[in-house]
Amino acid sequence: MAEVLVKRLHKAFPDGTVAVEELNLEIGDGELFVMLGPSGCGKTTTLRCIAGLEQETSGQIVIGDEVVSGLRPSQRDIAMVFQFYALYPHLTVRDNMAFPLRAAKLPEAEVTERVNEAARMLQLEPFLTRRPSRLSGGEQQRVALGRAMVRHPKAFLMDEPLTNLDAELRADMRAELKHLQERLSSTMVYVTHDQTEAMALGDRIAIMNKGRLEQLGGPMEVYERPATLFAARFIGSPPMNLVEAEVTNGHLTAAGGLTIAAPEGLTRGAQVIAGVRPERLTLTATGTGANARIVSREALGDETIYVVDSEAGRLNVRMPPTARFDEEQAVKVSHIGAAPPAYDPKTEQVVST
Amino acid sequence: MTSAIVASGISKSFGDVDALNGLELDVPESAFFVLLGPSGAGKTTTLRVIAGLEKPDQGTLHLNGIDATRATPAERDLAMVFQSYALYPKKTAAENIASPLRARRLPQSEIDAQVKRVSELLHIEKLLQRKPAQMSGGEMQRVALGRALVRDPRAFLMDEPLTNLDLKLRVEMRTELTRIHRSLGRTFLYVTNDQVEAMSMADLVAVLRQGTVQQVGTPTEIYDHPVNRWVATFVGSPRMNLLHCTANGRLEGKGWSLPNPGFGINGDRPALFGVRSEDLSLDVREESAALDGQVYAVEPLGDRTLVDVEIGEQRIVIKAPPSAMFSIGERVRAAVDLDRVHLFDADTESAIARR
Repeated sequence: MAEVLVKRLHKAFPDGTVAVEELNLEIGDGELFVMLGPSGCGKTTTLRCIAGLEQETSGQIVIGDEVVSGLRPSQRDIAMVFQFYALYPHLTVRDNMAFPLRAAKLPEAEVTERVNEAARMLQLEPFLTRRPSRLSGGEQQRVALGRAMVRHPKAFLMDEPLTNLDAELRADMRAELKHLQERLSSTMVYVTHDQTEAMALGDRIAIMNKGRLEQLGGPMEVYERPATLFAARFIGSPPMNLVEAEVTNGHLTAAGGLTIAAPEGLTRGAQVIAGVRPERLTLTATGTGANARIVSREALGDETIYVVDSEAGRLNVRMPPTARFDEEQAVKVSHIGAAPPAYDPKTEQVVST
Repeated sequence: MTSAIVASGISKSFGDVDALNGLELDVPESAFFVLLGPSGAGKTTTLRVIAGLEKPDQGTLHLNGIDATRATPAERDLAMVFQSYALYPKKTAAENIASPLRARRLPQSEIDAQVKRVSELLHIEKLLQRKPAQMSGGEMQRVALGRALVRDPRAFLMDEPLTNLDLKLRVEMRTELTRIHRSLGRTFLYVTNDQVEAMSMADLVAVLRQGTVQQVGTPTEIYDHPVNRWVATFVGSPRMNLLHCTANGRLEGKGWSLPNPGFGINGDRPALFGVRSEDLSLDVREESAALDGQVYAVEPLGDRTLVDVEIGEQRIVIKAPPSAMFSIGERVRAAVDLDRVHLFDADTESAIARR
């Protein structure tokens, strides 16, 4: 496996649309790197430029030690993995995995050797003579990965491979993919619009918006401290509460007296937007806290999400399932735990340190 | 509580396909009642039978205690909201909302008053003069809702109205719908295949599978006390962990063993042991009730971290705090909250009660 470098990538389409603007990424050898963003953010175009399916307008792609700009996809030693269930149903596992090698006219002895090697790494040896329909979803996924592995690629490129699966299978496949990638130490570039998938899988996540990089960081880093309001809105469900507040004596104070622990790096008197995760708010029936009123309660079983209206705006509050408040009930809302990140309302960039 | 809608023994076939199979449903007056099931469960057929758009082969339907099995759709006085907005493209939002009232030739002053009332309720006052092409999906969905709400029907029937919206809007509309339901005080019968939608909005949920009702209860009842394996794994995310076992004085599976916390069993019996991911803990204090395994994958989700663990040859998911740090292959011990575990018969898949 190898590292993948994207250097000052710029991609404009003939109609003038700029899909990717001056993008720089360094994807490490053995890293599971996720590109996350809404449709039209440039993530798929970037992946297609790495694969050689799109020609960059300017900039450079490096895979391993080789500048691949200008090379055809087949010359780049990468494996594109589309949807995982796209196996040939009438072929056995062995023949499915051998298919790309036979298409490339490798000698049959070499084909057998490479298929056996991949089957051993993916623990597919007991299934080699079976057809895909007799495999579980997770096993099918391993076969699809095996079919890509036999070509000894420098990197795997994956474009929303789990999108069309039902929720249950998607969760299984996610764990399976994470397990395999880590065990095989393969370089994977993975594109998705699903923030849960990005968090669960990524060693690092590149959050993209309008062809530019909004933030690059590990899952907990982008969750705990989104770099921009865009990233703050995109990561987490229910979304982060964005609360207008003033920096007062050691606190952030929002309308209605909602007091929030102040992060470092702010000047007193400044107006900021505090990014407060739903689990960093709590509700009580009485006592201290800002006045609020329950708008709705969503009992999800393992937790209950309350939506409350307060002078500081509409807030999402994550509570344990044992918490019981009624709709329309008057409650107190308070901030708990560590200080949240704070954003400049004009630049929308994080300003706390 | 009186019943708004009672369906008794409803069966309906389309050719060889039995869509509904002796369906029983009792929707209390003013409830937010959700019909939950996968596609093909018969949810939409149920709704269409209740609305009078589909004639049942067997069974009866009562609306507020009156037999309505043979009533025309209009006589039933129910309002339908679909997942496609089906707005008139050339009419403004106000005209779209007013259309059911115009059809009834209500006086203009009355129409204006009603349009004003629902636009305030839905917070769409600013959209009234716009045409559908100038609105977002969420705005169109609200206008479509407004067109249903402008009437004052006996009950509202909603067929996956949020399906076409993006996640963020769907979450917002959930809150809005519960608020609207509360302020109208009318019966909502709502169909969805999304268990989060059902859990988050419903007063009562009926879980439907293959044309029969599996269980009716509050969201919490269904989550905490599913009547069978199918309901247990359909409701809740991540889905309930299941491990094959032999149950008797203990629950014994391949590579694990737990004391039987009181499930009524005589003699060795093959069963499925069920435990939700939040009822397992990797922070083990007590040694008596635990599962030993090996970490398979770690998925940080921000507010929680899901840890996939292999127990014998099966896999379970454990909900851990966001700070949890584990590596693949690491041996772990998961404590089990025995007060919250489930046992299902291996053959019938029904929940086995505790003594």
